[in-house]
Amino acid sequence: MSDTHAHSVAFVRTETIPQMAPPSSASGPIAWMRENLFATWANALLTVSALYVIYLLITATLPWILNGIWNTDSLAECREALEGQVGACFSVLTERWNQLLFGFQYPSDQYWRPGLAFVLLFFAAAPVLFFDLPRKLLIMTAIYPFIAYWLIWGGTIWIPIFAALGFVAGYFVFDRFGKSNFAAGFFGGVAAAFAVWILSGYVTPALTPETPFLEAVQSRDMGGFMLNMILGVVCVSLSVPLGIALALGRQSSMPLIKWICVVFIEFVRGVPLITLLFVANVVLAYFLPPGTTFDLILRVIIMITMFASAYIAEVIRGGLAALPKGQYEAADSLGLDYPQAMRLIILPQALKISIPGIVNVAVGLFKDTTLVSVISMFDLVGMIRGPILASTDWNGVYWELFSFAAILFFVVCYGISQYSQWLERRLATDHR
Amino acid sequence: MKKSVFLGALTVAGVTAGVAAAGTLDDVKARGTLNCGVTTGLIGFAAPDANGVWDGFDVGVCRAVAAAVLGDANAVEFVPTTGKTRFTALASGEIDMLARNTTWTFSRDVDLKFEFVGINYYDGQGFMVPKALGVSSAKELDGATVCIQTGTTTELNLADFFRKNNISYEPVPIETNAEGQQLYLAGACDTYTTDASGLAATRAAFENPADHVVLPEIISKEPLGPLVRHGDNEWADVVRWTLNALIAAEELGVTSANVADMAATAGDNPEINRLLGTEGNLGEQLGLSADWATKAIMVGGNYGELFEGNIGENTPIGLARGLNAQWTDGGLLYTPPFR
Repeated sequence: MSDTHAHSVAFVRTETIPQMAPPSSASGPIAWMRENLFATWANALLTVSALYVIYLLITATLPWILNGIWNTDSLAECREALEGQVGACFSVLTERWNQLLFGFQYPSDQYWRPGLAFVLLFFAAAPVLFFDLPRKLLIMTAIYPFIAYWLIWGGTIWIPIFAALGFVAGYFVFDRFGKSNFAAGFFGGVAAAFAVWILSGYVTPALTPETPFLEAVQSRDMGGFMLNMILGVVCVSLSVPLGIALALGRQSSMPLIKWICVVFIEFVRGVPLITLLFVANVVLAYFLPPGTTFDLILRVIIMITMFASAYIAEVIRGGLAALPKGQYEAADSLGLDYPQAMRLIILPQALKISIPGIVNVAVGLFKDTTLVSVISMFDLVGMIRGPILASTDWNGVYWELFSFAAILFFVVCYGISQYSQWLERRLATDHR
Repeated sequence: MKKSVFLGALTVAGVTAGVAAAGTLDDVKARGTLNCGVTTGLIGFAAPDANGVWDGFDVGVCRAVAAAVLGDANAVEFVPTTGKTRFTALASGEIDMLARNTTWTFSRDVDLKFEFVGINYYDGQGFMVPKALGVSSAKELDGATVCIQTGTTTELNLADFFRKNNISYEPVPIETNAEGQQLYLAGACDTYTTDASGLAATRAAFENPADHVVLPEIISKEPLGPLVRHGDNEWADVVRWTLNALIAAEELGVTSANVADMAATAGDNPEINRLLGTEGNLGEQLGLSADWATKAIMVGGNYGELFEGNIGENTPIGLARGLNAQWTDGGLLYTPPFR
C-alpha cells in the first residue's frame, strides 16, 4: 500500500470508529439467556417446565400468604374474616408467639432474660468462631455459661458463682501440678473442683435470700424454641471437646483407655437417640428414689451430648486417619511430646479435614432436639403438637405453625452451614 | 454448674428416700401441691390457654382433688405426659395421680399395678361421614373405605364390627389424627373412625362442621378415668370420692352457684348435708377437712358443669351427654351413696 496516494483512493477514514456495544446476541441478558437457559432444545424444554412449576407454586402460595389474617383470636374468627377465600391464619403466630419461643410456663414478664442470654450468646461465641478477634475476648466466652444459666434459670446468684469457683480451683490445681505429672494435675484438679462444689452445697442455702434478684424458674417451665436453643448450644459445645477426647482415646496405645472409648462410642452409636431420651426420662426415674427431682433438662443434655460426642469422635477419627503417617513422624522427630504434637501438628490438620463432618453432626443434632417432644417436653414442635393444636381456639391450624417452625430451624441451620463454608475457605492453606 | 445441680440432686435423693414411705396424702399435704399427670394437650380435656393456664375436663378433676385436699384449686403442678411416659411417671412417684383420658382395662389395672378410681368419661369408637354420603347408620357402610389409625385397638374393633355385621370395608391406614383429618377431607376415605370424643373434636376443627355427621353407633367401650398407684388405699379413696362428690353433686342439684349457700347451714336433704360436711364426719374419715367436697365443687362446679364448660354442646367440641348422663337421665353415671 506504500505506493498508493491519498488522492487516488476514493475514501480514507481519518478518525477511529467510536466503540460500539457488543451485539445483543453476544452479551447482555438475551445472550445470557441463550447461553444458560435455552442453549439446546432440551435445555429450553427444562427451562420452560421449571418456570411453569415455579409459576404454579407461586400462584398456589402467594395468595395464601398475602391474604393472611394477623389479628383474630381463634381459627373460627379467622375463617369468618377470610369469608371463604384462600388465606393463612397467621394470627395464631401473633397470639401464641411467646409460647412458641419460650414455652407456655415461662413467666411472661421475664422474657427479657432468655432474650438477653440469646444476645450475649453472639458475643460469647464470636471469639471462638472468629479467631481474628482479640484473644482477650475469650474471657467473655468463659463466663458466659454461668451468666446464661443465671439469666435463664434465675434464683440465687451463688450457684453459678460457686460453680465457676469450682472450675477456677480445678484449673489452679491443674496448673500447679499438671506440668510435672499430667495425671496428678488432672485428677487433683477434678478433686479440687468437686471439693468446692460439695462445700458450696452446704453454704449456698445459707446465702440464698428469700426473694432472689431474679425470680427462679423451674426446668419444667422451659419450652419453645428457647429449649431447642439451650439443648442445641449446650450439647454441641460440650460434644466437640468430648468427641476430640474420645477420638484420641480410641487411637491411644493404652489398652484400658482405648477399650473404654471403643465401647462407649460403639454402644452409643448403636442405640437410637430416642431410646437414650426414654432412658433419661423414664428409666432413670425407676432407679432414683421417689420424689427425686433430678433435673430433666440436665438428664436430656447428658444423653444428647453422649450421643453427639460419639458421632463427632468418629468424624474426627476420620480426620486423624486421613493425615499421612509422615505428619506423626515429623512431630516425633521434632522432639515434641504427645500433647504438644497433638496440639501443634496433628489436631489443627485433622480438625480442618473434619469440619464438614462436624458441622453435619451439629446441624443434625440441632434438629434432633425436637425429639424431646416425645418425652413430654415442650420444645417448639412439642408446643405446636401439644398445647397449641389442642386448644379449642387453634385446633386445625397446621401449615402456619409448622412453616414458622421450619423457618426458625432453617435460619439457624443455614447460618451454621454458611459459617462452616467461611471457615473452610479461611483455613484453606494448601494448594489445590 | 451442672455438676453442682447433680450433687444437690443426689443429696436430696438421699434425704427423700426415707420420706417416700409415708402415704401419698401426707406427702401432698406436706408438699403443698398436687402433682397431677395430664396429656400434653387434648382438645377439651387438657390444654394450656394463651396465658399458660391449664384448662379442660381432666384438668377439672385435678383441680377438684387439689381443692379437696389442700383447699386451693391452683395448688396443682401439672405434669404433662405422653401416651408413652404416663404410666412410668405414675409408677415412679413423679405424679400423685393421672387424669389423662386413660382407658380402664384389665391389664392396666392388674398387671401394671394401678388403681382406677372411677370413670369420668365413657368414650367409645364411632364413625364420621360427610352428610352428602346420605348414610344414617354404620351398618349401611357396606363396601366403604375407612380411614383408620394403624396399630391401635380401634383397628381391631373395626374388623370385629364389620365381621359381626357381615359387611365389607376397605381400610385406608393412617398414622396420626392430623393425617386422618387431611385424608378424610380430601375424600380419600368415605368415613373416618376413632374415639367419639376425638371425632367430635376433629369435626369441630373443620371449616364446615355442619357438612359432616357422627353416626350414632358406638362399637367399643373406652371408659376413661383417673388412676393412682396400687397399695395406697387412703389416697385412692380421696381421689375416688372427690370424683364421686362431683358426680353426686350434679345428681343432688348442688352447683357452683348454690354450694356456698347450701354448705352454710344444714338443709333438709341429709345426703347433701353429709356431702357438704354440715352433718356427719365424712371428711374426717378421709383425713380431710369437713368441707372438702364443698371446696371441690366450688372450683369448676359439679360434674355436669365441668362437662358443659369444657366439652359440652355449647362448646366448639359439642359432645352430647349420651352415656355420660346421670343414671336418672338414662346415662351410666351412678355414684355410691354418701353415707
